[in-house]
Amino acid sequence: MTASGAERGRGWRGLLPIIGAFGLGVLLLALFLALAGFDVTAALVALWRGAFGSWSAIASATLVRAVPLILLGLGFTLGVRAGALNIGMEGQFALGAITATAVGVHANGMSPLIAIPMVLAAGAIAGAAWVLLPVVMRLRLGVTEVITTLLLNFLADAAVSYAVLGPLQEPLHIYPQSAGIAAAARLPRLLPGERLHLGLPIVLGVALLLALLLSRTRWGFRLRAVGANPVAARISGGIAASGVFASALLWSGALAGLGGAIEVSGVSFALYPNLSPGYGFTAIAVALLGRLQPLGVVIAGLLFGALEAGAGAMQRDAGIPAVAVQVVEAVAILTLVVLARRERSSS
Amino acid sequence: MIAELLTAAVRVGTPLALAAIGETIVERGGVINLGIEGAMLAGALGAAIGATAAGTGGGIAVALLAGVAASALFAAVAVWARADEIITGTAVTLGMIGLTGIIARRAFGTVGVGLTLPTLAPVAIPGLSRLPLVGDALFNQSPLTYLVYLLVPAASWLLFGSRFGLELRASGESPSSAAAAGVPVRRVRTIAILVGGALAGLAGASLVLAQVGTFTERMTGGRGFIAIAIVILGGRRPGGVAAASLLFGAATAVQYVVQASGSALPYQLWLALPYLLALAVLAISGRSRRI
Amino acid sequence: MTLLALREISKRFGATQALDRVNFDVAVGEVHALLGENGAGKSTLMHIAYGLLRADQGTVQAGATATSGFASPRAARAAGLGMVHQHFTSIPALSVGENIALAAGWRETGARAERRAAEAIARLALPLDPAVLVTSLSVQLRQRLEIVMALAANARILLLDEPSAVLAPPEVRELLRTVRGFANAGGAVVLITHKLDEVFAAADRVTVLRRGVVTRTGPMANETADSLARAMLGNELPRAPRQRSTPGDVVVQARELRLGDAPPATFAVRSGEIVGIAAVDGNGQRALLRAVAGVNSDGIAGGALDVNSPVAFIPEDRTLEGLIADFSLTENVLLGLQDDATRWLDWAARRERTTALMAEFDVRAPSADVAAATLSGGNQQKLILARALARAPRVLVAEDPTRGLDIRATQAIHERLRAAAAQGVAVLMHSSDLDEVLELADRVFVMTNGSVREMPQHASRDAVGDAMVGRTGT
Repeated sequence: MTASGAERGRGWRGLLPIIGAFGLGVLLLALFLALAGFDVTAALVALWRGAFGSWSAIASATLVRAVPLILLGLGFTLGVRAGALNIGMEGQFALGAITATAVGVHANGMSPLIAIPMVLAAGAIAGAAWVLLPVVMRLRLGVTEVITTLLLNFLADAAVSYAVLGPLQEPLHIYPQSAGIAAAARLPRLLPGERLHLGLPIVLGVALLLALLLSRTRWGFRLRAVGANPVAARISGGIAASGVFASALLWSGALAGLGGAIEVSGVSFALYPNLSPGYGFTAIAVALLGRLQPLGVVIAGLLFGALEAGAGAMQRDAGIPAVAVQVVEAVAILTLVVLARRERSSS
Repeated sequence: MIAELLTAAVRVGTPLALAAIGETIVERGGVINLGIEGAMLAGALGAAIGATAAGTGGGIAVALLAGVAASALFAAVAVWARADEIITGTAVTLGMIGLTGIIARRAFGTVGVGLTLPTLAPVAIPGLSRLPLVGDALFNQSPLTYLVYLLVPAASWLLFGSRFGLELRASGESPSSAAAAGVPVRRVRTIAILVGGALAGLAGASLVLAQVGTFTERMTGGRGFIAIAIVILGGRRPGGVAAASLLFGAATAVQYVVQASGSALPYQLWLALPYLLALAVLAISGRSRRI
Repeated sequence: MTLLALREISKRFGATQALDRVNFDVAVGEVHALLGENGAGKSTLMHIAYGLLRADQGTVQAGATATSGFASPRAARAAGLGMVHQHFTSIPALSVGENIALAAGWRETGARAERRAAEAIARLALPLDPAVLVTSLSVQLRQRLEIVMALAANARILLLDEPSAVLAPPEVRELLRTVRGFANAGGAVVLITHKLDEVFAAADRVTVLRRGVVTRTGPMANETADSLARAMLGNELPRAPRQRSTPGDVVVQARELRLGDAPPATFAVRSGEIVGIAAVDGNGQRALLRAVAGVNSDGIAGGALDVNSPVAFIPEDRTLEGLIADFSLTENVLLGLQDDATRWLDWAARRERTTALMAEFDVRAPSADVAAATLSGGNQQKLILARALARAPRVLVAEDPTRGLDIRATQAIHERLRAAAAQGVAVLMHSSDLDEVLELADRVFVMTNGSVREMPQHASRDAVGDAMVGRTGT
């Protein structure tokens, strides 16, 4: 059941399949919208405007949306490369956001140099902690992480709902949201007047680091070996698959949790229900579209960031629900898994 | 109060049982379909549209077809193109969330919860519904609940008493051996997936027509995934799966009773109860079988 | 009366002509042996007969009409064919009766299917209970079940694909008796094998395939071991006489070692010798070898096992356990040595090292960067051996090191193992082919149910075979 190698990029040459899969997704979305009787031109124009229509669309929407998608896409990639399917990034993201908020609201008077790392670290740790149970259940009881991480998403929803109506609710106790985090805990913005924040360079750094770790280090070699063939890794490589699997899944959760913390610290400045519009699932498409290579994930994250940004505009301007873009994600994923299988059986 | 809880448990457990019995058939063939969440959602929307146009009967028919269509997509990619089934199932569910979002907006505008549909009224079975305590819970329910009662023996016969079931189980235990015996493994699995999809569609119909009475975006809320845990708890046997569905139905129904009566514990805990139960079940049954 | 006739069958796989205008038939009451080395095309021919493969040209005739071949095994069965495959096809989680019903294509299930299964079993006079799960059967009974499954749909033509691979010699004799009985009762049997003694024991007629071409065919009365061996192997005989090395220090010492509930065993393996383990599948050889290799000592119930390091291991399953198919050759050679490498890997140096090993061990591949999956089985095995010996091991443990390889690759692997022993490595190996054990080993251990017994230096093949099934001194 592991997706080891199956979606690994080997043999996929060039950008053609990526653009093809993404393009096919947009095409089918347009088709469905047309069949449902929507004004397709208006929808696509709104989509384009929301994503690339202006400098501000790029710097305040597309790039901002791309940050969590890249980070979670890297998280999914890390898991898959070790043979673990982390379908629970949505939940780990939420836990990262809760914890980051809990720390951030108390950071008044601190130096940003302390407050920001603290908030981000808190989010990453919470994200990792949220996969601890799936890790233990997989290694000790043989229960697949697919189902457990998935179920924990719903528990995370309940936890957010509890937090914003309970311990973290804003002081007036009217709205289901937290108080704002301290100014010191907020990520600095990069451009005057735009929402783009320090999260983008952080995420790019993580991608670069991950690319190096996977391809150039013993740690990455062990991880890839376990993901590609856990039996051979153990028997011929003497690698204890369970340790590698655990560390990959925990780091995957940490990246998702970090994503939640960055979202709070860089964008929302407070905890809300449904902070993520499904980033945890979109990130699966991002990772697959990026051929499970960290630098590919960056490109795919930017593409999907644009799509998410456009979806918002489409909902506002053309009255089409934002969830519609999940059609693009689904089509892109399905196209890519089929292509991956084809490449594999022909080699 | 106990009778009320029991009645609610059976009502809430019905869609779970329909989906889980379907997934049992799928999993006996050696496939795990995370797309049943999407198939159930498609069924829910199908039921809403069908019921608006042609009453509850139409709703059930359209729901069934929608479930089959969603799972046909899964079968085409996972079985025939041999792509990773977990990823495929996840993608099918994502796609159905998007697709139902588009269609629902077109069909119902932004009405949301304000939408009212014809619903399946409970049908009391003369005599049996008068039984003390359980009469109302078991025998004064929607026709889809009675379908579950029929499905348990029917699915058991299909799996363990028919040639198809033998071929299906062989395909699940050892596809290569089954193929050597001349079993058309992919065709057998496809049929199982379509049957599972039909039942997931009916599960969506039961959710809309017999429980909630309206359609909202993402309304299945992970019930399809819970059904997969139920399959494990039920030991991949239709009878056990139906009983496990009732247990999960009760775990969900508790929150209604609690909300009505008030409780010191935060209500999110009750919301979380079915998922906690699912995790506990997986933990307990973990070692004993391959999941 | 001819029951099955294959005419002018040809089949290509990519660049390889697997079969070239092959003719083959079998008649009522006859056992017709199809003899050839691994890779000669025997299985391919029978897979075409049974509808598992389609021929590029030629006809298949079973009964009145000649066709271009059956479209599926189902169609072949309907025409009266039954096949026993090299590997077991019964499903352990199902009952004996369910397996028979499945293979026979019966509509009935449950008690009625069980009754029919019991009848089919009785026809072959076998001690099988339709109600028990297959997982509880012995290897020998599972083998018999395969025959019942093949014949259950009233087959008249039985195709047996190397049925003796998992059996000890006495069990093979019983199997051949069952087969003979079926032919005498009006059936027809095709016996695929690469073992001459089986052909002489059971066949009325023989056809020899070599590299996809029939090199000899006719009644057994005209044949001798020599004529068949030459037809089978061409001019590749004889093998070089082997040079025995003098054993040195003890490098593997087992004291009172217990596998499962078997009696304790004490033995030693010395550097420079090849010790071969002869055993029927599932008699503890795997547990013992893996314990010595340091891979898994779960099978050890007690006692002491001292093994000098380093130890290298050649696992039974190349593609699943030995290699990572998606990894490059360089990465595969690093596998197992990664802990000695620096934290940051120097891929250029690794690639150079791999290229040198490939040259030394004659691993044929375009470069060290291609995926291991693209190599032939022989080259994969040579790569695994190269990696194992690159570790400069004192002990080399090998499970079925030439399984499924053609004769050239087999010989290359044998030479390497002998050369390693000559250089002072202690080699401990097992093969499911008894002849390979006898050919390679300086000393032979026989394992039955976890007990280990050393055979005398010049024990005959029959004596070893008897010991493998627990009979002593027949």
